[in-house]
Amino acid sequence: MTVGLFLTQLLNGLQLGVLLFLLAAGLTLVFGIMNFVNLAHGSLYMMGAYFAAAVGNATGSFVIAALVAVPGAMLLGMLVERVALSGLYARDHLDQVLATFGLVLFFNELVRIIWGVSPLYAQTPSWLAGIVSFGGLFYPIYRVAIITVGLLVALFLYWLINYTRVGMLIRAGATNAAMVGALGVNIRLLNTLIFGLGAGLAGLAGLMAGPIFSVQAAMGEAILIQTLVVIVVGGIGSIRGAFLAALIIGVVDTMGRVFLPIWMSAAMSPSFAQAAGPALASMLIYLLMAAVLAFKPEGLFPVRHG
Amino acid sequence: MNSRLRLALTAAAVTGALAAPGFAQAEIKIGFMGVLSGPQGPLGQDQYDAFMLVVEQNGGKLGGVPVTVLREDSQLKPEVAVQVVDKMIEKEKVQIITGITFSNIMMAIHKKVTDQQVFLIGSNAGPSPIAGAKCSPYFFSTSWEGGQQPEVVGRYATDKGYQKVMTIAPNYQAGKDFVAGFRRNYTTPTTGELWPALGTQDYSAEIAQIAAGQPEAVFAFLPGGMGINFIKQWNQSGLKGKIALLTASTADGIGLPAMGDAAIGVIAGSFWGPDFPNAVNQKFVKDFEAKHKRIPSQYAAQSYDAALLLDSAIRKVGGKVEDKAAFMAALKAADFKSLRGNFKYNTNHFVIQDFHIFEAVKDAQGRMTLKTVATPLKDYKDAFYTQCPMK
Repeated sequence: MTVGLFLTQLLNGLQLGVLLFLLAAGLTLVFGIMNFVNLAHGSLYMMGAYFAAAVGNATGSFVIAALVAVPGAMLLGMLVERVALSGLYARDHLDQVLATFGLVLFFNELVRIIWGVSPLYAQTPSWLAGIVSFGGLFYPIYRVAIITVGLLVALFLYWLINYTRVGMLIRAGATNAAMVGALGVNIRLLNTLIFGLGAGLAGLAGLMAGPIFSVQAAMGEAILIQTLVVIVVGGIGSIRGAFLAALIIGVVDTMGRVFLPIWMSAAMSPSFAQAAGPALASMLIYLLMAAVLAFKPEGLFPVRHG
Repeated sequence: MNSRLRLALTAAAVTGALAAPGFAQAEIKIGFMGVLSGPQGPLGQDQYDAFMLVVEQNGGKLGGVPVTVLREDSQLKPEVAVQVVDKMIEKEKVQIITGITFSNIMMAIHKKVTDQQVFLIGSNAGPSPIAGAKCSPYFFSTSWEGGQQPEVVGRYATDKGYQKVMTIAPNYQAGKDFVAGFRRNYTTPTTGELWPALGTQDYSAEIAQIAAGQPEAVFAFLPGGMGINFIKQWNQSGLKGKIALLTASTADGIGLPAMGDAAIGVIAGSFWGPDFPNAVNQKFVKDFEAKHKRIPSQYAAQSYDAALLLDSAIRKVGGKVEDKAAFMAALKAADFKSLRGNFKYNTNHFVIQDFHIFEAVKDAQGRMTLKTVATPLKDYKDAFYTQCPMK
């Protein structure tokens, strides 16, 4: 193992982390402020990817694809919130899980009806193809772009939440939604806006994921599970927590996959390490989540009340 | 006693009448079961579309006899598949079942179907147990035994003289089987084995390890969406062109359109490609494209051959598929022109056939397809037929 490989894997972990953050930011806000479990968040990511791939293939332009996919996912999210979900806020979590799971099935079928059963082609924009090299390290430009976009979004959310009126309301809502409503804030509108913001970010994640992942029905499910791990580890409702936890999960997952089999084969018999290493590596982030739940049930970076 | 005897005689007479030529032409029911929903749905859809292409071109007949095809989705769930075949056999009284997309489904229904002396024409899944010790005279494959596609890739790697090869496959049974198949014909020790979890989306960690390992070639078995993810990311990594990417069941006709340019130059091992020049294949590819607006995959080809096989065998027995021994012999004879060229049944009812190496290229219309580049294995038999007691 070389220093170069280690640094490349660190970048890979960072890149996975920021992609998870784009999804986790919206999910944690909806969960934290509206106390609403939204399993359909992965479907909005999928719809973003489909919008981007379809528009990208039709126009050949990644920029136009982005301009359609992100607002498209946002509008779709707000529509779903108004039509299907706003009546469920007062219900218990089981009802919410059932309803949003139904939406997952609905959207998976919808993309099959519209775009067919086969995975969709999504091109890498030519100006983001290729690799960069720095200090003997090679890294795909597209992944650098994902990291950049993710960090910019993190900065934007930091500004939005800490320095704007909407952000103040979001923070207030996360602490005590009923009180914010009692003070005359239109909590219904605020909820729709937050949901739309989350959906837009999910759509952005879908847009960025298209050129590296297979754009197909049910593509949102696997990443949603990792996203749920992120928001539980980071502390539900906390954007800062989602950001830091996403980076931790991304790096732990990537490093675990690479180095656990190597370390284990150094410590024990190769055949055992070969069988147990990859299995243990794929469990690592769940073990981490279990440890966090055992020792800090509120998450590592919970919302500070009071 | 007398009345019972009369009843038995009447029954015999009726059965005899049904078997008489006048009635035998009535209709043959064929059950088609494949994975038709979910992420793997395109595989079963290609199988079904190609099978129906033959039926429709023959005016709803196979071997000159009208057929009804019952289309059922196994949902990739063994318990659902078992219910489906129960219904097909007990309620619908089908005498032939075809399709079967995945090995776990095949393993769940193979014994059940063949024990009831219903003919099972497997047009994709060919797990090694049913090629070996658990073989059945009522089963006929029109595809290949599971290990054969990686085996031809292994032979290709040996022929190329690669000394440093790494492997990557999902950490589950089929992944282990494919790597074992590759190593059956590539005996040089591999310089690294990567086992990402089944369903992994991001392969950046694995690709970085390959970059660090600097092999001459990588053998990859990443079926379905995993392969699309991997090949897109491989293309962005800058390793493409420097390290040969050898695949089995990864860059197939289903995934190639979604991979696009990223797949150009990828090597794949299989038994058939759309560019085969023989007349049967040219007609198949042309007709399939005209009807479905896409290049057929190997899953379509396997199922097209299943329909041609049934057509030849039903014709041979004059529609009397209830004469099990005669129909079995007619199937075994495989007296038809396959789109793959050589097609002959081995003792275990798997096909003795050539295996080829393909390269992913763009066709004249700019679509991704597979081009034949080598044929390392001629008249190739699977590695398990000697364990099958059938002669």
